Amino acid sequence: MSEIFSPVRLTEARPAPVAGEGAGVRALLIGVAITFLALFLVLPLAAVFVQALSHGVSAYLDAFREPDALSAIRLTLTVAAIAVPFNLVFGVAASWAIAKFEFPGKTFLITLIDLPFSVSPVVSGLIYVLLFGSQGLFGGWLQAHNIQILFALPGIVLATIFVTFPFVARELIPLMQEQGSSEEEAALTLGAPGFHAFLTVTLPNIRWGLLYSVLLCNARAMGEFGAVSVVSGHIRGLTNTMPLHVEILYNEYNFVAAFAVASLLAALALVTLVVKSVLEWRFSDELAAGRKH
Amino acid sequence: MASTLAPADAGASPRPAWRFRRPSVLPGFGLSFGYTLACLGLVVLLPLAALVARASGLGFSGIWDVATDPRVASALKLSFGVSLLAALVASVFGFIVAWVLTRYTFPGRKIVDAAVDLPFALPTAVAGIALASLYAPDGLIGAPLDRLGIQVAYTPLGVFVAMTFVGLPFAVRTVQPLIAEIDKEIEEASATLGATRRATLLKVVLPPLIPAVLTGFALAFARGVGEYGSVIFIAGNLPYVSEIAPLLIVIKLSEFDYGGAAAIATIMLGISFLTLLAINLIQAWSRKRFGYV
Repeated sequence: MSEIFSPVRLTEARPAPVAGEGAGVRALLIGVAITFLALFLVLPLAAVFVQALSHGVSAYLDAFREPDALSAIRLTLTVAAIAVPFNLVFGVAASWAIAKFEFPGKTFLITLIDLPFSVSPVVSGLIYVLLFGSQGLFGGWLQAHNIQILFALPGIVLATIFVTFPFVARELIPLMQEQGSSEEEAALTLGAPGFHAFLTVTLPNIRWGLLYSVLLCNARAMGEFGAVSVVSGHIRGLTNTMPLHVEILYNEYNFVAAFAVASLLAALALVTLVVKSVLEWRFSDELAAGRKH
Repeated sequence: MASTLAPADAGASPRPAWRFRRPSVLPGFGLSFGYTLACLGLVVLLPLAALVARASGLGFSGIWDVATDPRVASALKLSFGVSLLAALVASVFGFIVAWVLTRYTFPGRKIVDAAVDLPFALPTAVAGIALASLYAPDGLIGAPLDRLGIQVAYTPLGVFVAMTFVGLPFAVRTVQPLIAEIDKEIEEASATLGATRRATLLKVVLPPLIPAVLTGFALAFARGVGEYGSVIFIAGNLPYVSEIAPLLIVIKLSEFDYGGAAAIATIMLGISFLTLLAINLIQAWSRKRFGYV
Protein backbone atom coordinates (compact mmCIF):
# COMPACT_ATOMS: atom_id res chain seq x y z
CA MET A 1 0.00 0.00 0.00
CA SER A 2 2.58 2.44 1.11
CA GLU A 3 4.52 2.25 -2.18
CA ILE A 4 1.59 3.76 -3.99
CA PHE A 5 1.79 6.96 -1.95
CA SER A 6 5.37 7.41 -0.96
CA PRO A 7 7.19 7.71 -4.34
CA VAL A 8 5.22 10.79 -5.38
CA ARG A 9 7.70 13.66 -5.64
CA LEU A 10 5.89 16.87 -4.91
CA THR A 11 8.89 19.01 -5.78
CA GLU A 12 8.72 18.02 -9.42
CA ALA A 13 5.11 19.03 -9.70
CA ARG A 14 5.66 22.48 -8.15
CA PRO A 15 5.74 25.22 -10.80
CA ALA A 16 8.73 27.51 -11.12
CA PRO A 17 8.28 30.72 -9.06
CA VAL A 18 6.73 33.48 -11.13
CA ALA A 19 8.03 36.32 -8.98
CA GLY A 20 11.54 36.88 -7.66
CA GLU A 21 14.93 38.05 -8.77
CA GLY A 22 17.09 36.05 -11.13
CA ALA A 23 20.02 34.08 -9.76
CA GLY A 24 22.49 36.74 -10.92
CA VAL A 25 20.75 39.65 -9.20
CA ARG A 26 20.32 37.53 -6.11
CA ALA A 27 24.03 36.68 -5.93
CA LEU A 28 24.92 40.33 -6.55
CA LEU A 29 22.67 41.60 -3.75
CA ILE A 30 23.91 38.96 -1.31
CA GLY A 31 27.45 39.90 -2.27
CA VAL A 32 26.84 43.62 -1.75
CA ALA A 33 25.16 43.07 1.63
CA ILE A 34 27.82 40.73 2.97
CA THR A 35 30.72 42.86 1.70
CA PHE A 36 29.20 45.98 3.24
CA LEU A 37 28.60 44.29 6.60
CA ALA A 38 32.05 42.71 6.61
CA LEU A 39 33.78 46.00 5.86
CA PHE A 40 31.64 48.13 8.11
CA LEU A 41 30.83 45.91 11.09
CA VAL A 42 33.05 42.85 11.29
CA LEU A 43 36.34 44.52 10.36
CA PRO A 44 36.25 47.07 13.23
CA LEU A 45 35.49 44.27 15.67
CA ALA A 46 38.37 42.17 14.34
CA ALA A 47 40.65 45.23 14.44
CA VAL A 48 40.14 45.49 18.21
CA PHE A 49 41.53 42.00 18.83
CA VAL A 50 44.27 42.27 16.20
CA GLN A 51 45.56 45.56 17.63
CA ALA A 52 45.32 44.27 21.19
CA LEU A 53 47.50 41.26 20.36
CA SER A 54 49.79 43.08 17.91
CA HIS A 55 52.72 43.04 20.37
CA GLY A 56 52.15 39.54 21.64
CA VAL A 57 50.26 37.96 24.47
CA SER A 58 52.51 39.20 27.28
CA ALA A 59 52.11 42.85 26.17
CA TYR A 60 48.38 42.18 26.06
CA LEU A 61 48.34 40.78 29.58
CA ASP A 62 50.54 43.63 30.86
CA ALA A 63 47.64 46.00 30.24
CA PHE A 64 45.71 44.22 33.00
CA ARG A 65 48.54 44.38 35.54
CA GLU A 66 48.14 48.15 35.69
CA PRO A 67 46.40 49.16 38.93
CA ASP A 68 44.47 51.84 37.00
CA ALA A 69 43.10 49.23 34.61
CA LEU A 70 42.06 47.00 37.49
CA SER A 71 40.34 49.84 39.29
CA ALA A 72 38.54 50.77 36.04
CA ILE A 73 37.31 47.19 35.69
CA ARG A 74 36.21 47.17 39.34
CA LEU A 75 34.36 50.49 38.93
CA THR A 76 32.57 49.32 35.76
CA LEU A 77 31.43 46.13 37.51
CA THR A 78 30.28 48.12 40.56
CA VAL A 79 28.29 50.59 38.44
CA ALA A 80 26.60 47.80 36.49
CA ALA A 81 25.88 45.91 39.71
CA ILE A 82 23.89 48.90 40.99
CA ALA A 83 22.36 50.25 37.77
CA VAL A 84 21.13 46.97 36.26
CA PRO A 85 19.20 45.71 39.34
CA PHE A 86 17.72 49.18 39.78
CA ASN A 87 16.40 49.17 36.22
CA LEU A 88 15.29 45.56 36.60
CA VAL A 89 13.09 46.40 39.58
CA PHE A 90 11.86 49.57 37.91
CA GLY A 91 11.10 47.74 34.65
CA VAL A 92 9.11 44.99 36.38
CA ALA A 93 7.15 47.51 38.47
CA ALA A 94 6.44 49.76 35.47
CA SER A 95 5.31 46.91 33.24
CA TRP A 96 3.13 45.46 36.01
CA ALA A 97 1.37 48.81 36.43
CA ILE A 98 1.12 49.53 32.70
CA ALA A 99 0.37 46.08 31.27
CA LYS A 100 -1.96 44.68 33.93
CA PHE A 101 -4.12 47.73 34.63
CA GLU A 102 -6.17 50.19 32.60
CA PHE A 103 -5.75 53.89 33.34
CA PRO A 104 -5.73 57.13 31.33
CA GLY A 105 -2.46 58.61 30.07
CA LYS A 106 -0.76 55.25 29.58
CA THR A 107 0.71 56.07 26.16
CA PHE A 108 2.12 59.31 27.53
CA LEU A 109 3.71 57.44 30.43
CA ILE A 110 5.37 54.97 28.03
CA THR A 111 6.66 57.90 25.96
CA LEU A 112 8.22 59.41 29.09
CA ILE A 113 9.87 56.10 29.99
CA ASP A 114 11.29 55.90 26.44
CA LEU A 115 12.63 59.45 26.61
CA PRO A 116 16.25 58.60 27.60
CA PHE A 117 16.67 56.65 24.33
CA SER A 118 16.17 59.80 22.27
CA VAL A 119 18.55 61.95 24.32
CA SER A 120 22.19 62.25 23.25
CA PRO A 121 24.54 60.51 25.73
CA VAL A 122 26.38 63.77 26.32
CA VAL A 123 23.12 65.55 27.14
CA SER A 124 22.26 62.67 29.51
CA GLY A 125 25.42 63.51 31.44
CA LEU A 126 24.92 67.25 31.15
CA ILE A 127 21.54 67.22 32.89
CA TYR A 128 23.13 65.72 36.01
CA VAL A 129 25.88 68.35 35.92
CA LEU A 130 23.19 71.03 35.76
CA LEU A 131 21.51 69.40 38.76
CA PHE A 132 24.49 68.56 40.98
CA GLY A 133 27.37 70.65 39.59
CA SER A 134 28.94 73.52 41.52
CA GLN A 135 26.70 76.01 39.66
CA GLY A 136 23.82 73.53 39.46
CA LEU A 137 20.43 73.56 41.15
CA PHE A 138 21.52 71.54 44.21
CA GLY A 139 25.23 72.33 43.87
CA GLY A 140 25.42 74.83 46.72
CA TRP A 141 23.41 72.68 49.11
CA LEU A 142 25.51 69.57 48.33
CA GLN A 143 28.72 71.52 48.85
CA ALA A 144 27.48 72.90 52.17
CA HIS A 145 26.72 69.38 53.36
CA ASN A 146 29.93 67.99 51.88
CA ILE A 147 28.14 65.43 49.71
CA GLN A 148 29.94 64.42 46.53
CA ILE A 149 27.69 63.24 43.69
CA LEU A 150 29.39 64.58 40.58
CA PHE A 151 32.88 63.28 39.75
CA ALA A 152 32.19 60.34 42.06
CA LEU A 153 30.41 56.97 42.06
CA PRO A 154 26.85 58.32 42.64
CA GLY A 155 27.01 60.55 39.55
CA ILE A 156 28.35 57.76 37.35
CA VAL A 157 25.64 55.39 38.61
CA LEU A 158 22.88 57.97 38.05
CA ALA A 159 24.01 58.75 34.50
CA THR A 160 24.22 55.02 33.75
CA ILE A 161 20.74 54.41 35.17
CA PHE A 162 19.44 57.24 32.99
CA VAL A 163 20.82 55.89 29.70
CA THR A 164 19.67 52.32 30.43
CA PHE A 165 16.34 53.36 31.97
CA PRO A 166 13.97 52.11 29.22
CA PHE A 167 15.63 48.74 28.46
CA VAL A 168 13.72 46.38 30.78
CA ALA A 169 10.39 48.23 30.76
CA ARG A 170 10.26 48.50 26.98
CA GLU A 171 10.75 44.73 26.54
CA LEU A 172 8.39 43.66 29.33
CA ILE A 173 5.46 46.02 28.67
CA PRO A 174 4.49 44.60 25.24
CA LEU A 175 5.24 41.06 26.46
CA MET A 176 2.99 41.33 29.53
CA GLN A 177 0.29 43.14 27.55
CA GLU A 178 0.22 40.28 25.07
CA GLN A 179 0.03 37.65 27.80
CA GLY A 180 -2.89 39.39 29.48
CA SER A 181 -3.78 38.85 33.11
CA SER A 182 -6.17 35.87 33.02
CA GLU A 183 -3.57 33.49 34.47
CA GLU A 184 -2.89 35.79 37.42
CA GLU A 185 -6.64 36.26 37.93
CA ALA A 186 -7.10 32.48 38.00
CA ALA A 187 -4.32 32.14 40.59
CA LEU A 188 -5.88 34.83 42.76
CA THR A 189 -9.39 33.41 42.62
CA LEU A 190 -7.93 30.03 43.58
CA GLY A 191 -6.65 31.72 46.69
CA ALA A 192 -3.01 32.55 45.98
CA PRO A 193 -1.74 35.65 47.77
CA GLY A 194 -0.91 38.50 45.38
CA PHE A 195 2.87 38.35 45.58
CA HIS A 196 2.82 34.56 45.40
CA ALA A 197 0.82 34.80 42.16
CA PHE A 198 3.40 37.17 40.77
CA LEU A 199 6.29 34.86 41.69
CA THR A 200 4.76 31.62 40.45
CA VAL A 201 2.66 32.80 37.49
CA THR A 202 3.96 36.09 36.09
CA LEU A 203 7.67 35.60 36.62
CA PRO A 204 7.93 32.23 34.80
CA ASN A 205 5.98 33.73 31.89
CA ILE A 206 8.33 36.65 31.46
CA ARG A 207 11.61 34.96 32.40
CA TRP A 208 13.16 34.91 28.90
CA GLY A 209 12.08 38.46 28.17
CA LEU A 210 13.55 39.48 31.51
CA LEU A 211 16.86 37.76 30.80
CA TYR A 212 16.95 39.26 27.30
CA SER A 213 16.39 42.80 28.48
CA VAL A 214 18.78 42.54 31.45
CA LEU A 215 21.46 41.31 29.06
CA LEU A 216 21.08 44.32 26.76
CA CYS A 217 20.78 46.68 29.73
CA ASN A 218 24.01 45.31 31.18
CA ALA A 219 25.89 45.63 27.89
CA ARG A 220 24.92 49.27 27.62
CA ALA A 221 25.61 49.95 31.31
CA MET A 222 29.14 48.57 31.10
CA GLY A 223 29.89 50.20 27.76
CA GLU A 224 28.37 53.65 28.27
CA PHE A 225 30.84 56.35 27.36
CA GLY A 226 29.35 59.77 26.58
CA ALA A 227 27.12 60.26 29.61
CA VAL A 228 29.65 58.80 32.05
CA SER A 229 32.47 60.83 30.50
CA VAL A 230 30.62 64.06 31.34
CA VAL A 231 29.90 63.23 35.00
CA SER A 232 33.01 61.24 35.92
CA GLY A 233 35.73 63.90 36.04
CA HIS A 234 38.26 61.36 34.67
CA ILE A 235 40.16 60.85 37.91
CA ARG A 236 42.57 58.01 37.19
CA GLY A 237 42.18 55.02 39.47
CA LEU A 238 39.08 56.56 41.07
CA THR A 239 36.32 57.57 38.64
CA ASN A 240 37.49 56.01 35.39
CA THR A 241 35.26 53.27 34.04
CA MET A 242 36.59 50.85 31.42
CA PRO A 243 35.45 52.87 28.37
CA LEU A 244 36.96 56.03 29.89
CA HIS A 245 40.20 54.19 30.62
CA VAL A 246 40.28 53.10 26.95
CA GLU A 247 39.98 56.73 25.92
CA ILE A 248 42.82 57.88 28.18
CA LEU A 249 45.16 55.11 27.03
CA TYR A 250 44.32 55.80 23.39
CA ASN A 251 44.97 59.53 23.76
CA GLU A 252 48.31 58.70 25.38
CA TYR A 253 49.19 56.67 22.26
CA ASN A 254 49.33 53.55 24.42
CA PHE A 255 47.46 51.64 21.70
CA VAL A 256 48.18 48.08 22.83
CA ALA A 257 46.82 48.74 26.33
CA ALA A 258 43.86 50.73 24.95
CA PHE A 259 42.87 47.91 22.62
CA ALA A 260 43.53 45.30 25.31
CA VAL A 261 40.99 46.91 27.65
CA ALA A 262 38.71 47.50 24.65
CA SER A 263 38.96 43.80 23.77
CA LEU A 264 37.33 42.91 27.11
CA LEU A 265 34.41 45.21 26.25
CA ALA A 266 34.27 43.79 22.72
CA ALA A 267 34.20 40.27 24.14
CA LEU A 268 31.32 41.32 26.38
CA ALA A 269 29.52 42.66 23.29
CA LEU A 270 30.11 39.37 21.45
CA VAL A 271 28.81 37.27 24.34
CA THR A 272 25.79 39.57 24.56
CA LEU A 273 25.10 39.17 20.84
CA VAL A 274 25.44 35.39 20.95
CA VAL A 275 23.17 34.91 23.97
CA LYS A 276 20.69 37.42 22.54
CA SER A 277 20.59 35.57 19.21
CA VAL A 278 20.18 32.20 20.91
CA LEU A 279 17.29 33.59 22.96
CA GLU A 280 15.70 35.01 19.78
CA TRP A 281 16.05 31.71 17.90
CA ARG A 282 14.82 29.46 20.69
CA PHE A 283 12.25 31.55 22.56
CA SER A 284 11.04 34.01 19.92
CA ASP A 285 7.42 33.50 21.01
CA GLU A 286 8.31 34.33 24.61
CA LEU A 287 10.00 37.61 23.70
CA ALA A 288 8.46 40.86 22.57
CA ALA A 289 11.59 42.09 20.83
CA GLY A 290 12.00 38.96 18.71
CA ARG A 291 8.98 39.89 16.66
CA LYS A 292 8.74 43.61 16.65
CA HIS A 293 12.18 45.07 16.06
CA MET B 1 -24.38 42.96 56.76
CA ALA B 2 -24.25 46.42 55.30
CA SER B 3 -20.54 46.16 54.71
CA THR B 4 -20.77 42.92 52.73
CA LEU B 5 -23.38 44.49 50.50
CA ALA B 6 -21.42 47.65 49.92
CA PRO B 7 -19.73 46.62 46.62
CA ALA B 8 -23.04 45.56 45.12
CA ASP B 9 -24.59 48.84 46.17
CA ALA B 10 -21.80 50.76 44.57
CA GLY B 11 -22.31 48.87 41.32
CA ALA B 12 -26.02 49.54 41.34
CA SER B 13 -25.78 53.26 42.08
CA PRO B 14 -26.78 55.37 39.07
CA ARG B 15 -23.53 57.39 38.92
CA PRO B 16 -20.51 55.36 39.97
CA ALA B 17 -17.69 57.46 41.34
CA TRP B 18 -14.99 58.29 38.75
CA ARG B 19 -11.94 56.10 39.18
CA PHE B 20 -8.45 56.69 37.89
CA ARG B 21 -8.07 53.08 36.88
CA ARG B 22 -10.52 50.44 35.85
CA PRO B 23 -11.24 47.98 38.70
CA SER B 24 -9.22 44.77 38.67
CA VAL B 25 -8.77 41.80 40.99
CA LEU B 26 -5.00 42.04 40.57
CA PRO B 27 -3.18 43.66 43.48
CA GLY B 28 -0.24 45.98 43.57
CA PHE B 29 -1.35 48.82 41.31
CA GLY B 30 -0.73 51.53 43.89
CA LEU B 31 2.72 50.22 44.78
CA SER B 32 3.98 49.56 41.24
CA PHE B 33 2.45 52.72 39.76
CA GLY B 34 3.77 54.89 42.59
CA TYR B 35 7.24 53.35 42.37
CA THR B 36 7.25 53.85 38.57
CA LEU B 37 6.32 57.51 38.89
CA ALA B 38 8.87 58.10 41.66
CA CYS B 39 11.74 56.57 39.64
CA LEU B 40 10.66 58.33 36.46
CA GLY B 41 10.40 61.65 38.26
CA LEU B 42 13.70 61.44 40.10
CA VAL B 43 15.89 59.83 37.43
CA VAL B 44 14.46 61.25 34.20
CA LEU B 45 12.12 64.19 34.66
CA LEU B 46 13.89 66.15 37.42
CA PRO B 47 17.28 66.25 35.63
CA LEU B 48 15.61 67.13 32.33
CA ALA B 49 13.73 69.89 34.15
CA ALA B 50 17.10 71.24 35.31
CA LEU B 51 18.09 71.59 31.65
CA VAL B 52 14.80 73.28 30.76
CA ALA B 53 15.21 75.66 33.72
CA ARG B 54 18.76 76.56 32.72
CA ALA B 55 17.78 77.06 29.07
CA SER B 56 14.74 79.19 29.90
CA GLY B 57 17.01 81.28 32.12
CA LEU B 58 19.00 82.12 29.00
CA GLY B 59 15.89 83.01 27.08
CA PHE B 60 15.43 82.72 23.34
CA SER B 61 17.94 85.45 22.56
CA GLY B 62 20.57 83.85 24.79
CA ILE B 63 20.19 80.51 23.00
CA TRP B 64 20.22 82.28 19.64
CA ASP B 65 23.48 84.03 20.56
CA VAL B 66 25.11 80.67 21.34
CA ALA B 67 23.71 79.05 18.18
CA THR B 68 25.04 81.80 15.92
CA ASP B 69 28.52 81.75 17.41
CA PRO B 70 30.61 80.68 14.40
CA ARG B 71 32.21 77.69 16.12
CA VAL B 72 28.88 76.41 17.48
CA ALA B 73 27.11 77.05 14.19
CA SER B 74 29.70 75.08 12.21
CA ALA B 75 29.56 72.22 14.75
CA LEU B 76 25.75 72.09 14.50
CA LYS B 77 25.93 72.24 10.71
CA LEU B 78 28.45 69.37 10.69
CA SER B 79 26.45 67.23 13.14
CA PHE B 80 23.15 67.64 11.34
CA GLY B 81 24.47 67.68 7.77
CA VAL B 82 26.70 64.64 8.11
CA SER B 83 24.17 62.61 10.08
CA LEU B 84 21.58 63.27 7.35
CA LEU B 85 24.00 61.91 4.74
CA ALA B 86 24.99 58.99 6.95
CA ALA B 87 21.33 58.12 7.61
CA LEU B 88 20.71 58.20 3.86
CA VAL B 89 23.55 55.78 3.11
CA ALA B 90 22.60 53.58 6.08
CA SER B 91 19.01 53.46 4.76
CA VAL B 92 20.07 52.39 1.25
CA PHE B 93 22.46 49.69 2.41
CA GLY B 94 20.18 48.82 5.32
CA PHE B 95 17.40 48.15 2.84
CA ILE B 96 19.59 45.86 0.74
CA VAL B 97 20.76 44.02 3.87
CA ALA B 98 17.19 43.64 5.16
CA TRP B 99 16.01 42.42 1.76
CA VAL B 100 18.79 39.88 1.43
CA LEU B 101 18.31 38.62 4.99
CA THR B 102 14.54 38.08 4.66
CA ARG B 103 14.21 37.03 1.02
CA TYR B 104 17.20 34.85 0.28
CA THR B 105 18.68 31.83 1.95
CA PHE B 106 22.42 31.39 1.97
CA PRO B 107 24.88 29.70 4.31
CA GLY B 108 25.58 31.79 7.41
CA ARG B 109 22.43 33.89 7.04
CA LYS B 110 21.58 33.70 10.73
CA ILE B 111 25.08 34.79 11.73
CA VAL B 112 24.96 37.73 9.33
CA ASP B 113 21.56 38.61 10.78
CA ALA B 114 22.97 38.60 14.32
CA ALA B 115 25.99 40.68 13.23
CA VAL B 116 23.70 43.54 12.21
CA ASP B 117 23.17 44.34 15.91
CA LEU B 118 26.90 44.72 16.52
CA PRO B 119 26.81 48.55 16.66
CA PHE B 120 24.10 48.27 19.35
CA ALA B 121 26.20 45.91 21.45
CA LEU B 122 29.70 47.27 20.92
CA PRO B 123 30.51 50.10 23.38
CA THR B 124 30.82 53.35 21.44
CA ALA B 125 34.37 54.11 22.63
CA VAL B 126 35.52 50.67 21.41
CA ALA B 127 33.91 51.22 18.02
CA GLY B 128 35.46 54.68 17.97
CA ILE B 129 39.07 53.61 18.46
CA ALA B 130 38.62 50.62 16.12
CA LEU B 131 37.27 52.83 13.32
CA ALA B 132 39.97 55.43 13.94
CA SER B 133 42.76 52.84 13.68
CA LEU B 134 41.25 51.28 10.52
CA TYR B 135 40.73 54.56 8.68
CA ALA B 136 43.87 56.38 9.87
CA PRO B 137 46.29 57.18 7.01
CA ASP B 138 48.37 54.14 8.04
CA GLY B 139 45.35 51.93 8.78
CA LEU B 140 44.08 48.87 6.92
CA ILE B 141 41.43 50.82 4.98
CA GLY B 142 42.92 54.27 5.40
CA ALA B 143 46.27 53.48 3.72
CA PRO B 144 44.90 52.43 0.30
CA LEU B 145 42.43 55.32 0.37
CA ASP B 146 45.25 57.69 1.30
CA ARG B 147 47.16 56.60 -1.81
CA LEU B 148 44.07 57.55 -3.84
CA GLY B 149 44.18 60.95 -2.19
CA ILE B 150 41.16 60.34 0.05
CA GLN B 151 41.64 61.08 3.71
CA VAL B 152 38.92 59.66 5.95
CA ALA B 153 40.17 59.94 9.52
CA TYR B 154 40.30 63.43 11.05
CA THR B 155 37.98 64.85 8.38
CA PRO B 156 34.16 65.15 8.07
CA LEU B 157 34.34 61.92 6.04
CA GLY B 158 35.46 60.14 9.22
CA VAL B 159 32.46 61.55 11.08
CA PHE B 160 30.32 60.19 8.25
CA VAL B 161 31.81 56.68 8.55
CA ALA B 162 31.21 56.55 12.31
CA MET B 163 27.63 57.83 12.01
CA THR B 164 26.82 55.30 9.27
CA PHE B 165 28.18 52.56 11.54
CA VAL B 166 25.91 53.46 14.46
CA GLY B 167 22.87 54.15 12.26
CA LEU B 168 22.90 50.92 10.25
CA PRO B 169 21.04 48.62 12.70
CA PHE B 170 18.15 51.10 12.91
CA ALA B 171 17.81 51.16 9.13
CA VAL B 172 17.85 47.34 8.90
CA ARG B 173 15.65 46.50 11.88
CA THR B 174 12.78 48.86 11.05
CA VAL B 175 12.41 47.56 7.48
CA GLN B 176 13.15 43.87 8.04
CA PRO B 177 9.86 42.77 9.72
CA LEU B 178 7.82 44.52 7.02
CA ILE B 179 9.69 42.83 4.18
CA ALA B 180 9.00 39.54 5.95
CA GLU B 181 5.28 40.34 6.02
CA ILE B 182 4.88 41.14 2.33
CA ASP B 183 2.30 38.83 0.83
CA LYS B 184 4.11 36.93 -1.92
CA GLU B 185 0.83 36.33 -3.72
CA ILE B 186 0.51 40.01 -4.55
CA GLU B 187 3.88 39.90 -6.25
CA GLU B 188 2.89 36.75 -8.10
CA ALA B 189 -0.37 38.35 -9.19
CA SER B 190 1.55 41.33 -10.48
CA ALA B 191 3.95 39.05 -12.36
CA THR B 192 1.24 36.85 -13.88
CA LEU B 193 -0.64 39.95 -15.02
CA GLY B 194 2.40 40.75 -17.13
CA ALA B 195 4.38 43.27 -15.06
CA THR B 196 8.14 43.08 -15.34
CA ARG B 197 10.08 42.36 -12.14
CA ARG B 198 11.21 45.97 -12.10
CA ALA B 199 7.66 47.29 -12.35
CA THR B 200 6.50 44.87 -9.65
CA LEU B 201 9.24 46.03 -7.31
CA LEU B 202 8.68 49.73 -7.96
CA LYS B 203 4.89 49.76 -7.96
CA VAL B 204 3.85 46.83 -5.76
CA VAL B 205 6.62 45.93 -3.33
CA LEU B 206 8.29 49.23 -2.50
CA PRO B 207 5.41 51.67 -1.80
CA PRO B 208 4.16 49.92 1.38
CA LEU B 209 7.75 49.82 2.69
CA ILE B 210 8.32 53.57 2.36
CA PRO B 211 7.03 54.49 5.86
CA ALA B 212 9.33 51.94 7.49
CA VAL B 213 12.29 53.15 5.45
CA LEU B 214 11.54 56.74 6.51
CA THR B 215 11.21 55.71 10.17
CA GLY B 216 14.53 53.87 10.00
CA PHE B 217 16.09 56.91 8.34
CA ALA B 218 14.80 59.22 11.08
CA LEU B 219 16.03 56.91 13.85
CA ALA B 220 19.47 56.60 12.26
CA PHE B 221 19.58 60.38 11.84
CA ALA B 222 18.64 61.02 15.48
CA ARG B 223 21.25 58.54 16.66
CA GLY B 224 23.92 60.12 14.46
CA VAL B 225 23.24 63.64 15.70
CA GLY B 226 23.66 62.68 19.33
CA GLU B 227 26.49 60.20 18.83
CA TYR B 228 29.67 60.96 20.75
CA GLY B 229 31.89 57.99 21.60
CA SER B 230 32.29 56.41 18.18
CA VAL B 231 32.76 59.77 16.45
CA ILE B 232 35.30 61.71 18.51
CA PHE B 233 38.26 59.38 17.92
CA ILE B 234 37.97 59.27 14.14
CA ALA B 235 36.86 62.90 13.78
CA GLY B 236 40.09 64.51 14.94
CA ASN B 237 37.93 67.31 16.39
CA LEU B 238 39.36 70.29 14.52
CA PRO B 239 37.27 73.37 15.32
CA TYR B 240 35.26 74.57 12.29
CA VAL B 241 36.17 71.39 10.38
CA SER B 242 35.41 68.13 12.16
CA GLU B 243 34.11 69.18 15.56
CA ILE B 244 30.65 67.77 16.38
CA ALA B 245 28.01 69.47 18.53
CA PRO B 246 28.05 66.94 21.43
CA LEU B 247 31.81 67.46 21.78
CA LEU B 248 31.26 71.20 22.01
CA ILE B 249 28.91 70.57 24.96
CA VAL B 250 31.72 68.66 26.68
CA ILE B 251 34.19 71.50 25.93
CA LYS B 252 31.77 74.14 27.28
CA LEU B 253 31.30 72.08 30.45
CA SER B 254 35.04 71.75 30.98
CA GLU B 255 35.20 75.56 30.74
CA PHE B 256 32.37 75.72 33.33
CA ASP B 257 30.20 77.47 30.74
CA TYR B 258 27.02 75.69 31.91
CA GLY B 259 24.80 78.17 30.04
CA GLY B 260 26.52 77.58 26.71
CA ALA B 261 26.38 73.81 27.19
CA ALA B 262 22.68 73.97 28.09
CA ALA B 263 21.96 76.14 25.05
CA ILE B 264 23.59 73.69 22.61
CA ALA B 265 21.83 70.78 24.35
CA THR B 266 18.49 72.58 24.03
CA ILE B 267 18.98 73.13 20.29
CA MET B 268 19.89 69.45 19.85
CA LEU B 269 16.92 68.30 21.94
CA GLY B 270 14.64 70.60 19.95
CA ILE B 271 15.73 69.04 16.68
CA SER B 272 15.50 65.50 18.10
CA PHE B 273 11.99 66.35 19.24
CA LEU B 274 11.09 67.48 15.72
CA THR B 275 12.54 64.22 14.38
CA LEU B 276 10.42 62.18 16.79
CA LEU B 277 7.40 64.21 15.75
CA ALA B 278 8.20 63.47 12.11
CA ILE B 279 8.42 59.73 12.90
CA ASN B 280 5.02 59.85 14.58
CA LEU B 281 3.51 61.72 11.62
CA ILE B 282 4.99 59.17 9.20
CA GLN B 283 3.50 56.36 11.26
CA ALA B 284 0.10 58.06 11.50
CA TRP B 285 0.12 58.59 7.73
CA SER B 286 1.17 54.98 7.19
CA ARG B 287 -1.60 53.70 9.44
CA LYS B 288 -4.12 55.67 7.39
CA ARG B 289 -2.68 54.78 4.00
CA PHE B 290 -1.61 51.17 4.47
CA GLY B 291 -3.40 50.15 7.66
CA TYR B 292 -0.23 49.35 9.61
CA VAL B 293 2.85 51.03 10.99
